[in-house]
Amino acid sequence: MATSQIGMSFLSQPWHWSVSGIAIAAILFIMTWMGRSFGVSTAFKGFCNMAGAGKKYDFFNFDIKNEYWRMAFVLGAIGGGFLTSVFFASPSPVAISDATISHLQDWGINYPQGNGLFPDEIFHFGNPLGVILAIIGGFLVGFGARYGDGCTSGHAITGLSHLQLPSLITVIGFFIGGIIMTWGIMPLIFG
Amino acid sequence: MRLFSFFSVGILFGIVMTKSEAVSWFRIHEMFRFESFHMYGIIGVAVILGATIIAAMKKFQIKTLRGTFVSYTPKNLNVKRHLLAGSIFGMGWALMGACPGPMFVMLGNGFAIFALVILSATLGTFTYGVVRDRLPH
Repeated sequence: MATSQIGMSFLSQPWHWSVSGIAIAAILFIMTWMGRSFGVSTAFKGFCNMAGAGKKYDFFNFDIKNEYWRMAFVLGAIGGGFLTSVFFASPSPVAISDATISHLQDWGINYPQGNGLFPDEIFHFGNPLGVILAIIGGFLVGFGARYGDGCTSGHAITGLSHLQLPSLITVIGFFIGGIIMTWGIMPLIFG
Repeated sequence: MRLFSFFSVGILFGIVMTKSEAVSWFRIHEMFRFESFHMYGIIGVAVILGATIIAAMKKFQIKTLRGTFVSYTPKNLNVKRHLLAGSIFGMGWALMGACPGPMFVMLGNGFAIFALVILSATLGTFTYGVVRDRLPH
C-alpha cells in the first residue's frame, strides 16, 4: 500500500482507545505550546459577550479580541467533525458493548442509529421530547461549566494534567451528576 | 495567521474526537453505565501522558510561541462549589452525551440539533452570569 492509502485506511478505521488518548494528549501539547490553556466551554461566555451581555453584566464584559483564538478553534472543531463524517467515516457503527445495546433495547432505543454516534431517532427537531431534552441538557452543561469554571477539556484534560485538586473534585462532580442522570433520571424518561 | 493555526488545531480536534468515538452519545452512556473500558482508557491515557508532557515542559522551561513559560492559574478550591457545579454539568453531559467540545464536533458531523444545544448552553452560561452572586463560591 502507498503511504497515502495507509493514512486513509488509518483514518477510516475506528481508533483503539490508546491511540485516541495519545492524540488528545498531543492536542493538549499543541495548545499549551501555542500558549493557550485548552478549554472549550469559555466559548459560550464569548458568545454571551458577542450578543451584548457585557453591557449589563460585568461577568461578560471583557475584550472579545482575546477570545478570537477560541472562536477559531471551535469553528475548526465543527469543520473537523464535518470532514470526518464526509471523508473518514468508520465503515461500521461504533462497537459499544452488548450489555449497553441490550439495555437500550429495554428503553426502546434501537442500536445502531446515527452512525453509532447519536440517537437521532429521539433527538431531532421533529420530536418535541427530544427538543425539550436538548434544551435542558445544553442548559445544564452551559450553566455547570461556568459555575465550575471549566468543562471536560479544561478540568479533566488540562486541569488534571496540571495536577489541580479543584479539577479532580470537579471531575468527581461530573461523574456524580452523570450517574444521577443515567441511573436515576433517564430511566424515568425512557424506561 | 495565528487564528488560522487555532482553526487548524480545531479541525484536528474535530477529527480526533470523532475517530476516538468520544463524541458518541452511546459511548458516554456506556461509560456512565460502566459497561466498557473504552472512555476510561482514552481519558486515562490522555491524562497520564498529558501530565508527563506538562511536567516536562515546566521542568525544561520550554517557551510557548507567545514567549511565556508553561503555567497554570490555580482556581480557588471550594469543594462544595466544584462538586455542585460538576454534578450539574455531568447531568447535562449524560443526557445529551456531549460536553462542550463534542457539541461543536457533532454539529459538524451533521446532527443539526446541536445548534440548539449550543444555543441552550450559551443561555445556561448567561444565566450563571446573572445569578452568580447568589451562588456559593
